[in-house]
Amino acid sequence: MSQLKDAILATTANGDKAFVPYIMAGDGGLEKLQSTISKLQELGVTAIEVGIPFTDPVADGPTIERAGERALANGTTLRKVIETLAGFASEIKVPLVAMTYLNPILAYGVEQFAQDASAAGIRGVIIPDMPLEEKDIIHPALQEANIALIQLVSLTSTPERVERLTKASEGFIYAVTVNGITGARSSFANELEEHFAKIQDYTDTPVLAGFGISSPDHVKSFGAFCSGVIVGSKIVDSLANDDWATIEELVLASKVATVR
Amino acid sequence: MSQTAIKNGYYGDFGGSFVPEDLQEVLQYIGEQYEKYKNDPEFNEELEYYLREYAGRENPLYLAENLTKQLGGAKIYLKREDLNHTGSHKINNVLGQILLAKRMGVKRVIAETGAGQHGVATATACAMFGMECTIYMGAKDTKRQALNVFRMELLGAEVVAVDKGQGLLKEAVDEAFADLVANYKNTFYLIGSAVGPTPYPEMVEHFQSIISKESRAQHLAKEGKLPTAVVAAVGGGSNAAGAFYHYINDEEVRLIGVEPAGAATLSKGSPAVFHGFKSYVLQDEEGNLLDTESIAAGLDYQGVGPLHAYLHTTGRGEYVTATNEEVLEAFKTLSRVEGIIPALESSHAVAHALKLAPTLSPEDSIIVNVSGRGDKDVEQVFAMLNK
Repeated sequence: MSQLKDAILATTANGDKAFVPYIMAGDGGLEKLQSTISKLQELGVTAIEVGIPFTDPVADGPTIERAGERALANGTTLRKVIETLAGFASEIKVPLVAMTYLNPILAYGVEQFAQDASAAGIRGVIIPDMPLEEKDIIHPALQEANIALIQLVSLTSTPERVERLTKASEGFIYAVTVNGITGARSSFANELEEHFAKIQDYTDTPVLAGFGISSPDHVKSFGAFCSGVIVGSKIVDSLANDDWATIEELVLASKVATVR
Repeated sequence: MSQTAIKNGYYGDFGGSFVPEDLQEVLQYIGEQYEKYKNDPEFNEELEYYLREYAGRENPLYLAENLTKQLGGAKIYLKREDLNHTGSHKINNVLGQILLAKRMGVKRVIAETGAGQHGVATATACAMFGMECTIYMGAKDTKRQALNVFRMELLGAEVVAVDKGQGLLKEAVDEAFADLVANYKNTFYLIGSAVGPTPYPEMVEHFQSIISKESRAQHLAKEGKLPTAVVAAVGGGSNAAGAFYHYINDEEVRLIGVEPAGAATLSKGSPAVFHGFKSYVLQDEEGNLLDTESIAAGLDYQGVGPLHAYLHTTGRGEYVTATNEEVLEAFKTLSRVEGIIPALESSHAVAHALKLAPTLSPEDSIIVNVSGRGDKDVEQVFAMLNK
């Protein structure tokens, strides 16, 4: 089945919460990718979301967009990211999740992408500009390669849509916790807890909270009502500043010893 | 247009709605509201009122006799969208969408703009309808169209210069979508070109189709037959969509879209998903967008509306290019010969007509869509000619 889902369920079975950091591949140079992934593995992350830079990142907030611009300026492309990952695939111990827009995959070739991504350790993909209605463009090829197609579920969605997205999501459900684009936010809407409960009603696939989680407190408060968190902008910023202490604190906050 | 051409927001293989989940339902709602009102007699009566009394429609289909004589071939008719209030075709669509926004009970309107024409038209309508207005414009465009920025501010709009990427239309569209996602409850995104996710291309084409509805009737009245060709500039493709619309089923009428040689999406691009829809896009082999370069800010765009991608692949439309030099020459020619200063965007259509007319016979006629007036470009052209 899904290695990604299994990894998350194994984490939560211990009482821990899943922790999925987002990194922008190629920010600081693709040669850094191997050491970044290996350090994150050592810290005990559950999976790693690997962002692929794109010239038209409509779903990204300013921090990740800038990281993407830096990565593009370094010559980073989907093809090069997959080649780089494939070069040290045997050392990748946690499932990787590629976050990429649809067009680079179309340019790569859908079938070829699925095969190469699988060989490079990618176990899930998030394609923010591909709506559920269009998933047949890529879903059969991903299934063939045993790669989970993860759906984003938004607070703005109607109950019918939440149900459809939730049931279709593979690996985990990416719950969008703040209206709009990615970025660190200091306050969260009250209806969140209810929102998560509603989503979890439909499925046994774990729900992870994303978009706007930027402190150990956030990690804990979200962990209280879902299976774990995805942390994007804060990780990208910390990596750009080589600030591993901050990253370690964030990961630690997801561990059972610190979760009340 | 035949009903088989457009289905569920698709034009053949092109179009669709490729946007993040947050936007799906917002767009679906706008689409439902559009469907509800587009054939509503009361809505259309109000739209016609404002098009007539406020925008100054109908505008003339003017026989350019001097130019015709000088070129010695087909008759050249100019569809005078430049005579509309605010100086371009953009007001047609703005009035349609703002009336829709009004019926949806929205108080705030946002828009993107390239050359500034759509921004000015939007700011104008917002002033008249008492709506709050924010215009997103690429930083580079705000510099080369500084007077339009002032114009929008004069009309009460807030102009946000988007200083990212190339600082062009693409970046302005990205920012406007981000605003819509964050503020969809009280905000209507008034897209000016026939691009973006469903329902925008169809909606913009519908409101712009007034151009060809008028020109077709005007040409029939003057010539007793349909024109040989309709020529229009293509960036995102709204003026061309409007100029072609009611001729699409008239197979004998050639539909010719003219792209800038430096942003020749249909001539040099390939199918891609970008800005929420599938169409032709200028991209590299990795699927990233290529930079564009045109002297006309309104055509400086990597993508093109799905209708044009459809007309291009089916062969119903012919898409050609004009170089910056040809465009400048056309800008000067129409000014001197007819006393009409066309926008640099429209000058692309004029440039092709200058090439096409001499190859046709005096029994033929060409409609050139003069989508906007060139006042906004005079300063830029002055600088280019006196370099």
